[in-house]
Amino acid sequence: MNRWHVMKRLLPLLTGLVLLLSACGREDLSTLNPQGPVAEKQLDLMKLSIGIMALVVVVVFAICIYVLIRFRRRAGDKTIPKQVEGNHTLEIIWTVIPLVLLVILGVPTINDVFGLAKDYSKDKNAVQVKVTAHQYWWEFEYTDLGITTAQELIVPTDKVISFELVSADVKHSFWIPSIGGKMDTNPGVTNRMFLEFPKEGVFRGKCAELCGTSHALMDFKAKAVSPESFARWVSAMKAPAVMPADAEIAEKFTSQCLSCHAVGENGGSGAPNLTGIGGRQTVGGILYNDEATAEQNLHDWITDPQKYKVGAAMPKALDNSLTPEEVASISKYLAEYKLDY
Amino acid sequence: MDWLTTVDHKKIGILYLIAGLFFFLIGGLEAILIRVQLMKPMNDVVSSDTFNELITMHGTTMIFLAAMPLLFALMNAVIPLQIGARDVAFPFLNSLGFWTFFFGGLLLNLSWFAGTVPDAGWTSYVPLAGPNYSSGHGVDYYVIGLQIAGIGTLLGGINFMATIINMRAPGLSFMRLPMFTWAIFITSALIVFAFPALTVGLVALMFDRLFQANFFEVGNGGSGVLWEHIFWVFGHPEVYILIVPAFGIISEVVSTFSRKRLFGYSSMVFATVLIAFLGFMVWAHHMFTTGLGPVANGLFSIATMLIAVPTGVKIFNWLFTLWGGSIKFTTANLFAIGFIPTFVMGGVTGVMLASAPADYQYHDTYFVVAHFHYVIVGGLIFGIFAGMHYWWPKMFGRMLNETIGKITFWTFFIGFHLTFFIQHFLGLLGMPRRVYTYLGGQGYDDMNLISTIGAFFMGIGTIAFLLNIFITWAKPRNAAADAWEDGRSLEWTIPSPPPEYNFKQVPLVRGYDAWWKEKMEGKTAMTPSEPVGSIHMPSPSILPLIMSIGLFIAGFGFMYDRLIIGGIGLAITLGCMVVRSLIDDHGFHIEPEDQDEGVKA
Repeated sequence: MNRWHVMKRLLPLLTGLVLLLSACGREDLSTLNPQGPVAEKQLDLMKLSIGIMALVVVVVFAICIYVLIRFRRRAGDKTIPKQVEGNHTLEIIWTVIPLVLLVILGVPTINDVFGLAKDYSKDKNAVQVKVTAHQYWWEFEYTDLGITTAQELIVPTDKVISFELVSADVKHSFWIPSIGGKMDTNPGVTNRMFLEFPKEGVFRGKCAELCGTSHALMDFKAKAVSPESFARWVSAMKAPAVMPADAEIAEKFTSQCLSCHAVGENGGSGAPNLTGIGGRQTVGGILYNDEATAEQNLHDWITDPQKYKVGAAMPKALDNSLTPEEVASISKYLAEYKLDY
Repeated sequence: MDWLTTVDHKKIGILYLIAGLFFFLIGGLEAILIRVQLMKPMNDVVSSDTFNELITMHGTTMIFLAAMPLLFALMNAVIPLQIGARDVAFPFLNSLGFWTFFFGGLLLNLSWFAGTVPDAGWTSYVPLAGPNYSSGHGVDYYVIGLQIAGIGTLLGGINFMATIINMRAPGLSFMRLPMFTWAIFITSALIVFAFPALTVGLVALMFDRLFQANFFEVGNGGSGVLWEHIFWVFGHPEVYILIVPAFGIISEVVSTFSRKRLFGYSSMVFATVLIAFLGFMVWAHHMFTTGLGPVANGLFSIATMLIAVPTGVKIFNWLFTLWGGSIKFTTANLFAIGFIPTFVMGGVTGVMLASAPADYQYHDTYFVVAHFHYVIVGGLIFGIFAGMHYWWPKMFGRMLNETIGKITFWTFFIGFHLTFFIQHFLGLLGMPRRVYTYLGGQGYDDMNLISTIGAFFMGIGTIAFLLNIFITWAKPRNAAADAWEDGRSLEWTIPSPPPEYNFKQVPLVRGYDAWWKEKMEGKTAMTPSEPVGSIHMPSPSILPLIMSIGLFIAGFGFMYDRLIIGGIGLAITLGCMVVRSLIDDHGFHIEPEDQDEGVKA
């Protein structure tokens, strides 16, 4: 009876704790502050399990504390307590109660396992995105639309996004915490998942699987925009590339940068696509353009990429035979290269 | 010299203890460096490469070179005594097991001096750990070091299975075994079934790395996911190899210091067996995000959750062992009691992780880091500390200082919760694990600082423990046979430390808690099951040491592509095996008139 009183007092506290948790952390990053139906579903399951488990913990703690206070040995106590062999009723009770709790958790688990595995890859209404994970950057190819971008995934708010996840090198894991749980990219295997982004905004994405030196810095952004805006972005991406105005710089940019990178239809595919890079939230996923200007960040990055991301494949400006003036001009050009959408 | 050739289980136990503590300190130092690096955002105490090396070596060292050897130390020191045996079934193999573990661990840690340290995580997922993405010798040290150390573990597992099956004193039936012996029996079975999987995986990875095989090379038809399966088919039972002995220790300590027999003994045994069995069925819960599909994820979710049931049975049985008891708060018991709520917290987060769709969020975040440290540190390390304080007088004949012991407990306990509780929230707020740094302003900064402060407390606790050992060393060996006065099993019937032959006369066991039963009937000694007679002992041997050095040399030879050196190393080992086979050694006898003088560890 006594114990139930304790429980009655603790339950509201626990409920409060769960509510507190669910408003916790950055909107664009925290799993506890979901911004899409997938993450919401997952948070519901998390709350259910936290609730059940908090109950278990409270019961165990209560018994534990009671026992420790009630049955401590007084000094000089030589009495021998009754040697109890066990109690079948009690043992059956604490076998059955956990089973019941597990059923309560197990049913929605199975439900969601299948619900979240729904395949939208043939759905004409879904946006098909092929995600390729590279050491240490992300490539996003819109297979139906024929466009490719990197580091900043642009999605419309009104559609399901169906992802095809592959890796170009080692194992990575694609994760946008506030939108939905992660899925690994395995070399040689294609994984699928879907996400929805009902709210406009920029959400932080991370690589969750140790993938080498700069695993910690393999961030990306997912930017959800209105359907109209998305349509404008698609046509801007398809428009002819804007090249540097200065012919000399354009020539240098083509020979030194576009051997790996691409803008619009020009260039290669070995490195992040730069189309509209000036409008992105970050350079390299980690240099935020609201902390320093995009031009400054690009300048820093081009001068010495390894200083910001050890193990990045891009050569330093010096090794790429770019003079400081050329670096400055190219940074300026890229910073000004924004898409209107 | 005596220590290099010994085949006595008690001395081998002490060797395991020293080596295990040594590696525990190395692993702990690595942990402190990790926490210092993560103390604040964009810190640069260590580089990203060094950080990845630190996390890899911290995990590998703690699991294979600290936790397991410390468990082997306790099982060597205690099991033969608890079952009334004079030694383990295969004393020579026991010694070989220690030396292969030691040289395997040494080889692994020499990588710090070679400058190429394993850095692909303790799980060594390929292709990151494959020849293309880890081109130095780092991962070779991991593969070969663990392979050699693994031989020792497997030998230990076989040895203790054979010992517990065959060498129990008369009357000691399986359902009268002390719970710690049961736990070690089940652990040994787990080792025997799980370690071969690791061996196979390591051999395949070694072939990929040294001889350009393609087991895991996707480009040539291999599969990286295959490595994950092999690794976790070993790796999940490994978790139970670690925690089941701790269950055993807790059962002994809680029961002794509450002066009560273990509540629900048979359900404890059954629960442990069930946990071990289910432990083999759930490896894929480490791979919910690998993309195995909903059917696999669903099945492994439910199977994993089921483990909570027998674990819960154990927890409540411990609580009801304490219930109505006369509880004495020694350091050993503090650790055991601290274990119960802490392990429950680790256990419930385990059930949370088992729910696959929620795990899509938790997986590879600090939530997981918090969870498994609650289980492995809050469960296993608390268990080991409880066991070391509990059996120290039996092993060394000296009582550890209780005041320092309590300082150890409180600093370690508070530091532990400070370090790891908060990491649950870091994970939920979106911090991935294995990151060498993080950007500021993401809401991680304060929690990481608190976590680092906690780690320092744990460090202080460990130092206090070492201090305790040194202070105790200076004291006389005056521990009583039944050092805690409330001992229940056979190890408390013989002097502390026990004589070389353990039992002058093998005792007759007349019931569960054999020694307690005799005491309650007013007896002061066990009834012997045999007359005093000549005791047959195995001879000491230097061969296990030389064989292990041979493997150690061979490891280096193969790693650095000097096949001749590799061959010489293998020849040394094989040569020792030939010598061992050809020379008949019948051991020696201790005659009754010499039996009274030989009281030594």
